Amino acid sequence: MDFVTFALERYNYWIFITLMMMGLYIVIARGNLIKKMIGLNVFQTSVFIYYISIGKIDGGTAPIYLPDDLKARTAHAGDHAPSLAGKSEMGAGALRPDESLHDGFDLAGNDLASLTAPAERPDAAAIHAAPAGGANDILAAPALTIDGPGAGADLAHQAADILYSNPLPHVLILTAIVVGIATTAVGLALIVRIREAYGTIEEDELEAADDIAEFGHIPHKPGRAA
Amino acid sequence: MNLAAQLPVLPIIIPLIAAPLTILLPPRRLKGLLPYVFATLVSWIVFAASAALLHSVATAGPISYHMGDWAPPIGIEYRIDLANALVLTLVSGVAALAFPFSYASIRAEIDDRQLSMFYAMALIAMVGLLGVVITGDAFNVFVFVEISSLSTYALVALGAARDRRALTASFNYLVMGTIGATFFVIGLGLLYQATGTLNMADLKIQLAGESNRMVEAGFAFILVGMGLKAAMFPMHLWMPNAYAHAPSAVAVFLAATSTKVAVYVVIRFIYTVIGADFDFAGAAFNWLIAPLAVAGMMFASIVAIFQDDLKRMLAYSSVGQIGYMLLGVSFGTEQGLSASLVHLFNHGLMKGALFMAAACVVLRLGTQTCAGYAGLARRMPLTAAAFIIAALSLVGVPGTVGFISKWQLLAASFDSGRPWAAFLVVGASLLAVIYMGRVIELMTMREGAGGRTKEAPATMLIPLYILVAANVYFGLNTEMTVDLAERAAVALMGDAR
Repeated sequence: MDFVTFALERYNYWIFITLMMMGLYIVIARGNLIKKMIGLNVFQTSVFIYYISIGKIDGGTAPIYLPDDLKARTAHAGDHAPSLAGKSEMGAGALRPDESLHDGFDLAGNDLASLTAPAERPDAAAIHAAPAGGANDILAAPALTIDGPGAGADLAHQAADILYSNPLPHVLILTAIVVGIATTAVGLALIVRIREAYGTIEEDELEAADDIAEFGHIPHKPGRAA
Repeated sequence: MNLAAQLPVLPIIIPLIAAPLTILLPPRRLKGLLPYVFATLVSWIVFAASAALLHSVATAGPISYHMGDWAPPIGIEYRIDLANALVLTLVSGVAALAFPFSYASIRAEIDDRQLSMFYAMALIAMVGLLGVVITGDAFNVFVFVEISSLSTYALVALGAARDRRALTASFNYLVMGTIGATFFVIGLGLLYQATGTLNMADLKIQLAGESNRMVEAGFAFILVGMGLKAAMFPMHLWMPNAYAHAPSAVAVFLAATSTKVAVYVVIRFIYTVIGADFDFAGAAFNWLIAPLAVAGMMFASIVAIFQDDLKRMLAYSSVGQIGYMLLGVSFGTEQGLSASLVHLFNHGLMKGALFMAAACVVLRLGTQTCAGYAGLARRMPLTAAAFIIAALSLVGVPGTVGFISKWQLLAASFDSGRPWAAFLVVGASLLAVIYMGRVIELMTMREGAGGRTKEAPATMLIPLYILVAANVYFGLNTEMTVDLAERAAVALMGDAR
């Protein structure tokens, strides 16, 4: 039972390992060069997933520096609520709220709410239920709860405790993704040239053509159908 | 902000900027001289910078250069000690000879219109290799490995103008190379997960005393990934075809540098990052690296005997020579490591010279089969003489660099209590006598098909003879290579502790 929990807790590694093995298998077992390329891509993608998953922290938000953002917002919250809304929306739009971001904003929103006005704290479940509502949640929280500039310092202090995902593996893997794209491009370009030169992209036919060029005939190799 | 302080970054930044500029130079005006001369000048500047670095490191100790002035371990660090200064000098030195060498050869072998692209790509391949060597950041190694590999795939594929098999060779290289690089990244990921850092020196500190399965798995992935790039014995299958069908000038540069750089990375990770006293690395030495090194030495040398294609034979010989280097590493002693580094440097010199001679023959006789070398001593005496000296160096005749590195390896194997290794080294050298002797016999004893042929142009002969002279010079005057390698080995072992 312990082992099952142990294995299940590490499900991201299972995804990574399965994809990796599938990719490697395709590269080795398939004779068609395009399929080999696809296998190579699956293999590389598995590593991307691995890197991304090790950088993710449970409940962590996107690693974008929030405290200043919050301070600015709280300083003007009292008199400029509408313009604040516009600003935050802009910020959220630039962030492209994906799932992890969404969680992070929920967290921040909840903290703010509990700090300043527990009575009016929005129900956490309701926030989670709101579809793709990261921007709305965070807007709702300060607008409801913040009374004046006085709360700014506390809020900034509180915001420093926001949990961030580790950005470094993500940045690293962005580099690796670019490398992967370049590799795929070079590989596909080579396949085009191979097709022009040989008229086929099946590995066994290519080998046969090379053998004929080298020995003048297809040498008998054990295990290969004639 | 003087230039000397920025010296460590110059070998990278200059060719990196020069490469796109090269593409802009007209390939067909003035017989393509513009991109050629430009790239050659760049390679000389890079060599000058590398030599200056080597000098500075040898006299004043390791240099740590902080990229963009961000201090490590957060910022990327270029760290140059004796070990990588030596490899840096080898790579840039071979490049400084291979670029001037390439002109006549490459113009005969590829389409004129591709000339600018070719030189741009060659510069990028050089940047990649230099970057791998110079950086002190583990992830940076991956990036530079891929920079050099991607341009190398394209360079190998350029051989298609002469032989379409270059395309399949390049594709196989791409698949294997990508798998290798990806394995390397997985290994880095595991090490990062265990430590939270990517700076090599910092990794070493964080890993001290750590010996869990994650670190072991990371080390294994890195070893396999770089083993693939280094053509370590059972993972060498991409190499013979890639070297045989690549344009001759490309083969010169790759054979002399690319696998050596991968071996350097293996050494760097074993000693500087993991630490040789790490139990697992010790086990890997005895049960993985040493047996594979020996198998590579013997097996690849035997296969080399039966090759008809001369370049393919040289490539198999390289697989065997990589075996020598790894064998030295696997002793886990200062002497063994120093022998490896010396051989790494020396092998670059001899394989560079051999492939250059082969390129001269391809240019004038249009053949790279062993049979085509019959009577070469009469047909192209200068090229044949250079080939013979380099071949003797490969075999390990006294007075050449091959003797020095093998002597070091023998001494190291006896000193570390592994006399069997010494016998195997001698045995593999005897195999080298057979495969090189076979070609020398053809060149000197047999009658060739044609009469005397024009020698290769001076742009090819001069670099060839400079390399041959280096083979003899460093064989007689071992002060520079052996002393530096010994000091580098001591420093690396010091790192490991």
